[in-house]
Amino acid sequence: MKNVWIVATNTFREAVRDRVLYNLVFFALLMMGAAIVVGQISIGIEQTVIVSLGLAAISLIGLFIAVFIGVGLVSKEMDKRTLYALLAKPVKRWEFLLGKYAGLVMTLTVNTGAMAVGLYAALWAVKHPLVPADAYVFVAVYLILLKLALIVALAMLFSCFTTPFLAILFTAGMYVAGVFAYDLRTIQAINLNPATVRMVRAISYLLPNFQNFNVTGAVAHARGVPGTLVVHVTLYTLVYSAVVLTGASAVFSRRNLK
Amino acid sequence: MTGRMIGGLVLMAVLVLGLAAVWVLQERIDAEQGQLRLEQDDLLLRSGSMVKRLSLEYAPLMGAIYWTRAVQYYGEKHRLRERGLDLLWPLLDIATTLDPNLLVAYRFGSMFLSDAPPRGAGRPDLAVKLLERGIQANPNDWQLYQDLGNVYYFDAKDYAKAAAAFEEGSKNPNSMIWMKVLAAKIAGQGQSLDTSYFLWQQVYDTTTDELIRKNAASHLRLLKVDLDLRALDQRLDEYEKQTGKRAKRMSELVEAGLLKKLPTDADGFPYVVGTSGKAELNLNSPLLEEKLVSPN
Amino acid sequence: MLHRLSKNRGMPAAAIETENLSKEYPYGFLNLKKRMSLENLNLRVESGEVFGFLGPNGAGKSTTIKLLMRLIFPTSGRARILGKSIEDVSTHQVVGYLPEQPYFYDYLTAAELLDYFARFHRLTASDRRERIERMLKKVGLETAKRIQLRKYSKGMLQRVGMAQAILHQPEVVVLDEPMSGLDPLGRREVRDIILELKREGRTVLFSTHILSDAEMLCDRVGVIVGGKLRGVGTPGEMVGMRTQGMEILFEVEGAAKKFALMDRATRTGERYRVEVSEGELYGALNELNSVGARVLSVAQIKPTLEDFFMHLVEADRAQASAVEVSGK
Repeated sequence: MKNVWIVATNTFREAVRDRVLYNLVFFALLMMGAAIVVGQISIGIEQTVIVSLGLAAISLIGLFIAVFIGVGLVSKEMDKRTLYALLAKPVKRWEFLLGKYAGLVMTLTVNTGAMAVGLYAALWAVKHPLVPADAYVFVAVYLILLKLALIVALAMLFSCFTTPFLAILFTAGMYVAGVFAYDLRTIQAINLNPATVRMVRAISYLLPNFQNFNVTGAVAHARGVPGTLVVHVTLYTLVYSAVVLTGASAVFSRRNLK
Repeated sequence: MTGRMIGGLVLMAVLVLGLAAVWVLQERIDAEQGQLRLEQDDLLLRSGSMVKRLSLEYAPLMGAIYWTRAVQYYGEKHRLRERGLDLLWPLLDIATTLDPNLLVAYRFGSMFLSDAPPRGAGRPDLAVKLLERGIQANPNDWQLYQDLGNVYYFDAKDYAKAAAAFEEGSKNPNSMIWMKVLAAKIAGQGQSLDTSYFLWQQVYDTTTDELIRKNAASHLRLLKVDLDLRALDQRLDEYEKQTGKRAKRMSELVEAGLLKKLPTDADGFPYVVGTSGKAELNLNSPLLEEKLVSPN
Repeated sequence: MLHRLSKNRGMPAAAIETENLSKEYPYGFLNLKKRMSLENLNLRVESGEVFGFLGPNGAGKSTTIKLLMRLIFPTSGRARILGKSIEDVSTHQVVGYLPEQPYFYDYLTAAELLDYFARFHRLTASDRRERIERMLKKVGLETAKRIQLRKYSKGMLQRVGMAQAILHQPEVVVLDEPMSGLDPLGRREVRDIILELKREGRTVLFSTHILSDAEMLCDRVGVIVGGKLRGVGTPGEMVGMRTQGMEILFEVEGAAKKFALMDRATRTGERYRVEVSEGELYGALNELNSVGARVLSVAQIKPTLEDFFMHLVEADRAQASAVEVSGK
């Protein structure tokens, strides 16, 4: 496990030096702009707008990072052959993979954490007395982070066996499919035979259900999120990511490097 | 077994167990999220035109999505037997603004908007508004006139307008023949049990939507009770005319040859003669509670 | 210490051993055709020797090395390093590897890269610091140690590669084309490092297509052409100790006085060179004396590794085209 940590810290360092975190500047500007604009139109929905906008931005920016950099974690090392010298060290392939994963998740944690603080600051700016219920914003951000962790795992899986371009496409496709997984499950299908409906439902359970991570609606109106939901979604992410990364390890462990 | 094979089996086991755990967790999460979703008013943008502008060329797709959410919303509330369908109108409003040709949204929406609680939102005015929009965008869909007529007749209780709606719809060469007939009947008689039963029967026979069918069946059950009671009252009156006194039990009518056998309701409970001498539902019948709960 | 991983107490363990190691590459439409890039390699590198792996480009040298380092997987066959199967990654603790055309993380400095890699060998922080200093000095990168690797030239990357390969004092060092991209000075430095490794008792396996380096450094060489090992032995053994005759260098004044030997000689400026068989030697010398030529040197012609090499390559090509013609 020590090897995992070594790879992880290096991945984090690389991300930082690769100026990934510069997106925070963009986010800060966005939040400031929103706070100013909303501050002018005070019609009782500042909370809703700031939180919805902020969470949407955190989610979107995080998504880009998770997909593009997630795919690059393995692809870049394979293409540029930096992997050659590394795998000649006493480190197992799965340790490398897990380390890369952990490194990016750490980067994302720092990134979203900073954005959460920025969001909170904007919220405070438009609505001076903050109530304890506003802390639920952090819960929403935490759930977004879990979502991103799952996406990184998927990105890594795909990048282990296809080209970077296809891996990005597959990951994005999986994301879209996962967003609609819930709708797929509750589909009011009149014209399909029962067997098809059952199969569709089964698939909907196995897809990564990204709606699980969405509590924007509640949080935007300063309403609480039940603790059990947070626990279950955390478990969900852990288990699903573990399954995905196990698959990725299996593929990567037998892959011939070019 | 080679190390590789063991490794392969372990891998399969991990994947299968993992996905099974995912499945189980997903069900829990669905329930919790469902609860959360009901509590929230996540329609940040209540203005349909605003959503339309934002959707660009995806408007019909967005319309379909909002429509789906409307159905889910109704279904979830119905399943949990919760009252308060506040979001139904906004969802339908947006869906039909995004896609004015979403026929099914008008039909479904008008029924469940106008029907009284607990079945619907109890807002026939909004149902009318929805249908008028639908008719404007889809002038050739005579079914919308049928729905409009139903709304006026059953929930708004405006028989003149109901008759007018059926009349208008009957002008369409594709419409069903009964519309013209019923227009006249309602204009003349207003509300009647036979008319009500007939209209709901039409809905039941022609709809393809499961929820609408269930709702129609539910209405028909209760109307059937009324029809049965009316028929039984007629028999009771006949009995009184024949014997000079009011029957106290249904068996007396059977003995008198006015009924072939003891009359039962749809759930199999025998009708009884009430203290007022009129036919009534059996106290044990679940239909009694249903009737008490819904005013129609 | 070098033999501690040996299972067989009687015989000193080979540092590197392969057993019918083969690698097949599918290619062509739908990957239906297959090419053997390595066929049944049976190789043994003894502890403490410097072994040169020779062959033209695409012969299978890199393939073999990548197979040993577990970067690619064999289609069949096995291999062992220090007595342990190559499937056991823990052996890498005592193995150093320099990849062909190395490339490292852009945003790290040389010192940081060496530190990163050293961590996998569980060296303490102070130990790492000290060794990194030493290594950077040894490969001549001390002044550039704080510059990010993306600014390094090819030669500099080669040096960093060498540094990370030997920093942890491995027992076995595997170098894939260590001289490529280096100027003559750099190549000399690499040669010195290899010789130093040998003095320390480490095993070195390196691949190259520069034959003079192999001749100079290796205890033994293995020649691989077309995926097959053609021969293993000391550089001398490979080419045989037979001489191919004598070479005479001479100068002669004045206009070309015609004599028989002149026809066979080649001329460079004032100097002439002629090859004669051993038997012809004294006759030739007499002839030159009689025409007043000045003999500069007389030397044996020994076939070089290059000759042997070219001979093998030609043979292989002839065989390949024969195969093509026959359609099998």
